[in-house]
Amino acid sequence: MRTADIDKILKRHEYQKSALIPILQDIQAQHRWLPRETLTYVSEQLNIPLIDVYSLATFYKSFSLKPRGKHVITACCGTACHVRGGPKVLQELQNQLHIGVDETTPDQTFTLETVRCLGACALGPLVVIDKKYHGQMNTKKVASTLKKYAKKKTKS
Amino acid sequence: MNKIQTASDLKTVRVTLVRNTRKGKTIVTLCGGTGCHASGCTTVISAFKRELKKHKLHDTIDVKVTGCHGFCEKGPIVVIQPRGIFYKQVKSKDVKDIVEQTLVKGTIVDRLLYIDPLTGKKITYEKDVQFYKGQERIVFADNGLLDPYKIEDYLTIGGYTAAVKALTTMSSEKIIDDIKKSGLRGRGGAGFPTGVKWESCRRAKGTTKYIICNADEGDPGAYMDRSLIEGNPFSILEGMLIGAFAIGANQGIIYVRDEYPIAVQTLKNAIALARQWGFLGKNIFGSGFDFDLKIIRGAGAFVCGEETALIASVEGKKGEPRQRPPFPTQRGLWGKPTTINNVETWANIPYIINKGSQWFAGIGTEKSKGTKIFSLVGKINNTGLVEVPMGITLKEMIYSIGGGIPEGKSFKAVQTGGPSGGCIPKELLETPIDYEKLKEVGSIMGSGGMVVMDEDTCMVDVARYFLEFLQDESCGKCLACREGTKRMAEIVTDITKGQGKEGDIELLQELATTVKDTSMCGLGQTAANPVLSTIKFFRDEHRFRKWFLRHSPFRFYS
Repeated sequence: MRTADIDKILKRHEYQKSALIPILQDIQAQHRWLPRETLTYVSEQLNIPLIDVYSLATFYKSFSLKPRGKHVITACCGTACHVRGGPKVLQELQNQLHIGVDETTPDQTFTLETVRCLGACALGPLVVIDKKYHGQMNTKKVASTLKKYAKKKTKS
Repeated sequence: MNKIQTASDLKTVRVTLVRNTRKGKTIVTLCGGTGCHASGCTTVISAFKRELKKHKLHDTIDVKVTGCHGFCEKGPIVVIQPRGIFYKQVKSKDVKDIVEQTLVKGTIVDRLLYIDPLTGKKITYEKDVQFYKGQERIVFADNGLLDPYKIEDYLTIGGYTAAVKALTTMSSEKIIDDIKKSGLRGRGGAGFPTGVKWESCRRAKGTTKYIICNADEGDPGAYMDRSLIEGNPFSILEGMLIGAFAIGANQGIIYVRDEYPIAVQTLKNAIALARQWGFLGKNIFGSGFDFDLKIIRGAGAFVCGEETALIASVEGKKGEPRQRPPFPTQRGLWGKPTTINNVETWANIPYIINKGSQWFAGIGTEKSKGTKIFSLVGKINNTGLVEVPMGITLKEMIYSIGGGIPEGKSFKAVQTGGPSGGCIPKELLETPIDYEKLKEVGSIMGSGGMVVMDEDTCMVDVARYFLEFLQDESCGKCLACREGTKRMAEIVTDITKGQGKEGDIELLQELATTVKDTSMCGLGQTAANPVLSTIKFFRDEHRFRKWFLRHSPFRFYS
């Protein structure tokens, strides 16, 4: 990520140390993940020790310190989805993509993540791909849904 | 539009708004909550607009996108007011028929009607749907009528009248006294009396004070806070304004989960509108009181629902809880006195101020007053949000409102209170829902998640699920919680794999008790509940599974 872009975000938050979480959120919203150099740069600019920036970025689940693919798949692991067969859907996603949770396919197309609950329990088991909700998922629907996204050309 | 500067300004605006609302005008209301949104309501909305234009009805009939109606199972939901015709699972291809038959001719589209699962009868009107009939909606009542993006809608139904009353005619002491007398208790889970909390914060030394709305709804299976924000954000803002005035806080914060993008957007818009109209800012209603709000987004940490962890997160630190006392009402955000209440608690305030503490105290049980919103999810026919008076039994909830278990299967347990709660078996279905009674049976009220489990659900697996959740979400500060939840998860996982050992259950009980007794915050203190309650009520299942998986020839396939 270009330092000019990071500067813009830092400026928007007036270089406030207490705004570290929103700053990292904004950076990730633009860049999809938080590279090491970015964290170092933010730590220097805000005068916060790198270890503290790192500890924050690893404490909160929504930050990713690894590159994420073009499409981010989020499987809901809430209780309602769990009792309705969520774990099977998650397993099928892993089988189809040949990756584990929090991993990205080698071609950088898909990243598989889990979330605690999205509060759309009537639709469980729920899988979200690029913020689009796919409700009442089952193992059969997984492959066809993934296919649609694999074809889609998106700007990286 | 001018800012509302006095009580009479608000009255004038409301009178005009009410006058301009034509009585009996047909309004098509569509649920735009996250649930219905995901089931494709946006295409239905545009289809309605298109069809109405085609029939030249777009000037006479309004299309209103409202917040969550609660009956998420049957979304997208369309209700045609004022008759209250209720259509479920509406797709964009159905819109043509609705417009041509119902809106033009006044007849009913039969195939879109809801069929009662118990009687098999078709239901035409919203008020006759059993799911709604058993409820008593107060906080959630206006969700299906309001456009959450229009403050005018809220003002028309009497929005901000409570705030005007509080700020211009009541003293802080009187407001706090009213809230105390109403018996309102925190809706986030712990059930601490709200009035007492406010009073303690009001009396705390210092001129700078803060109030926080805890919208970090982390319990899996609970989504009432999100739906309230998405459906009626102004009631929360109004409640916070009244609370801020009573406590003497000029700055408020809404800490909302990052996983709720629609809620964040709705709140942003609501705050901007409230500022424009003068419901936030300087000298509100000419009372000389200043108040403003800002939104802080969470970053995905369950423990941040705990108040001291939430404060740390707002300050830009790791969300680790700290020792209490001092309580946040004494030393909270930036070391200043801070009151933290849950979304639903704040949303109750305007109603109590308007209708009086006696009215509120008249609903519910001796120690649990008012209503509570629950999310009824899992293996249940009518998934959705339910607002009921405290004290109704679990049985009424599951069988009457929830419509029972799907596919004729039998009920096994209901899990309340999320990862801090426990599983309640069939024998205890007559338990009335209130803070104390649920605690007695080893669970808690929590934020209101109710996950129903049927005969197919393995209770050992449920215990494992919650332990994995907790060990993952434990912040790691207290040794007992960090290590204890991990070890418990390992033992239970072994049992589910058929590798359980003699004495496992006893060890689990010992570990669970230790974690409960020696953890600092609520996460650890209640971490034992899912394990202890399943062992207590489903001990045989733990044993049986162990035995079955060890001896069964099919063990490798299960």
